[in-house]
Amino acid sequence: MTAGKDGVMASAEAVPLRRWLPRVPDRFAALGAVLLVLVVLSAILAPWLAPYPMGELRPLEQLRPPSGAHWFGTDQVGRDVFSQILYGGRTSLFIAVAVLGVSAVVGVTLGVVAGYAGGWLRDVIMRVTDVFLAFPALLLSLAMAVVLQPSVNTVVLAIAVTWWPWYTRLAASMAASIATRSYVDAARCLGVPAPLIILRHVLPNSLTPVLVQLSLDAGGVILTSAALSYLGLGAQEPTAEWGLMVQQGQTLFTTNWWVVTFPGLAILVTAFAFNVLGEGLRNALDPRSGTARVVK
Amino acid sequence: MLRYLARRLGQALLVVAGVVVLTFAVMRLVPGDPAVAFAGPKATPEQLAEVRRRFGLDDSLPVQLLNHVRDLISGDWGISLHTRQPVRDDLYQAFPASLELVGAALLIAVVVGIPVGVLAARHQRRLPDLGVRFGSMLAVSVPVFWLALVLQLVFASRLGWFPIAGEYDSSLDTTSPLTLWTNITIVDALITGNWPIFTSTLQHLVLPALVVAAYPTGVIAQMTRAALIEESGQDHTKLERALGFGETSILTKFALRPALNPVLSLIALVFAYSIVNGFLVEAVFNWPGLGRYAADSIRSLDTPAIAGVTLLVALVYVLANLVVDIVQAFVDPRTRAR
Repeated sequence: MTAGKDGVMASAEAVPLRRWLPRVPDRFAALGAVLLVLVVLSAILAPWLAPYPMGELRPLEQLRPPSGAHWFGTDQVGRDVFSQILYGGRTSLFIAVAVLGVSAVVGVTLGVVAGYAGGWLRDVIMRVTDVFLAFPALLLSLAMAVVLQPSVNTVVLAIAVTWWPWYTRLAASMAASIATRSYVDAARCLGVPAPLIILRHVLPNSLTPVLVQLSLDAGGVILTSAALSYLGLGAQEPTAEWGLMVQQGQTLFTTNWWVVTFPGLAILVTAFAFNVLGEGLRNALDPRSGTARVVK
Repeated sequence: MLRYLARRLGQALLVVAGVVVLTFAVMRLVPGDPAVAFAGPKATPEQLAEVRRRFGLDDSLPVQLLNHVRDLISGDWGISLHTRQPVRDDLYQAFPASLELVGAALLIAVVVGIPVGVLAARHQRRLPDLGVRFGSMLAVSVPVFWLALVLQLVFASRLGWFPIAGEYDSSLDTTSPLTLWTNITIVDALITGNWPIFTSTLQHLVLPALVVAAYPTGVIAQMTRAALIEESGQDHTKLERALGFGETSILTKFALRPALNPVLSLIALVFAYSIVNGFLVEAVFNWPGLGRYAADSIRSLDTPAIAGVTLLVALVYVLANLVVDIVQAFVDPRTRAR
């Protein structure tokens, strides 16, 4: 949405509704950024911020409701839920960074090669990509997580397997358009070998949309990994993980609301922060774009 | 157009072939001997050998893959290890229940998502817009299994407004048995006029459908808003504005129709996605669909069943994508050229 178009819409007859809020710059993305900084800081600083050490069992303090001593209460084995959530943030953020790192490296490499080379190589890479895209991410991750031993690393592998093709597609379309630019032609005429052209010209110019996509995707990765852990296919005891905390608390939920509510809220806030920030970045990069790829 | 259709169909077939190979490969990675899994831990070596021969587990992997493809085409999807029934029959039982849930959820998503998106576009950057953007972002960021647990606790356990779990009150099976036509309970109850089961299913459907609807509602609202805002900058809307139409009627009479085009393809894609997302919700509400079947299969390391579910959902996914592309090609000739 450009300023000009917006001006046209806003200049229409004044409806009382429109006076509710003054026109302000987009603070929505800023909200996402602030939330995300809080989440990341609380995860990094967990050992210093957490009132109780990770996984500390206090048999005499089981299932205490939220109080001054235990802000979010304690769970069925007497662990402080607030501390466990802070440590759980480390697990979730590690999974997100690892999945997106692996997916981006593999996906972008294949995509840039496919887009620059074109021809049969492009066809082969893109058809393989199509096959992986034919699986809903959660389903293929489920199948993978079933056949491998459940652990944090399994979650990373299982999700990365479903995530890389999106980056291949994105990078391939970017690279294909960059390959036709005159500076690439010039390099080719000077006899620069193809790998060097890809590395020096095509790759750096393809990266911006990939970075935006990474922040848009982080929320989805967090939700998928939490779902896998909730199903018992991901992180295992004694790792602190939000999806696992919900699963362990669900049988006690009717009598002890805090054991499920707070870990779930942590997932919600983190995914929300990434999604809002990603949307803001995308709008900043391409104001005309609507919602890009939203379905995983 | 015909050439485009042929190419697109060929592409879809290629993807299906790849999907079959990939599920086969993933399932062969399973730790543990499938013959032991079927025959049980107390089986004698002779029984194991018999099971291996019967399922062709002695052949080389490429031969097994070929046999697997032949079986799939002839409708033999293997025997489930935990129900001891043909996987195809199990899927035939479970899939309609999932369709019922996802169908109801998408109905909610469309009925809520599109008007809400229009409202946001009409009052861009004002309070209603900010509210819709905030709400839709929350809806796409919420973990479904958690939302399912929370709604179940509040509206079923505490307030008692809705039943806690299941598809309908099973005592109705004796008082007013359901005649099966489509296997989709609510549709069968409706066409056979079985009102006790119909109302019971409707009551059981509300909470899980609302949870599954969260994600599609959010995306549809976002997409409607973005498409409308894009459309309201087009030349035709400028003309309509110059002719003196008000903003609201421009949006709803002229801009909405072209804007709904991407929204329609989104609905098909989100449908396939929601089936898998619904798995987690089915587990919480004990809904007798694919998700519960998948969960049971996972628990008993039931490879044929897991492979069957994976394959079925992937087929639905490919089909949804195919339908989207074909409809797009009819509506917008430019897509055919690519």
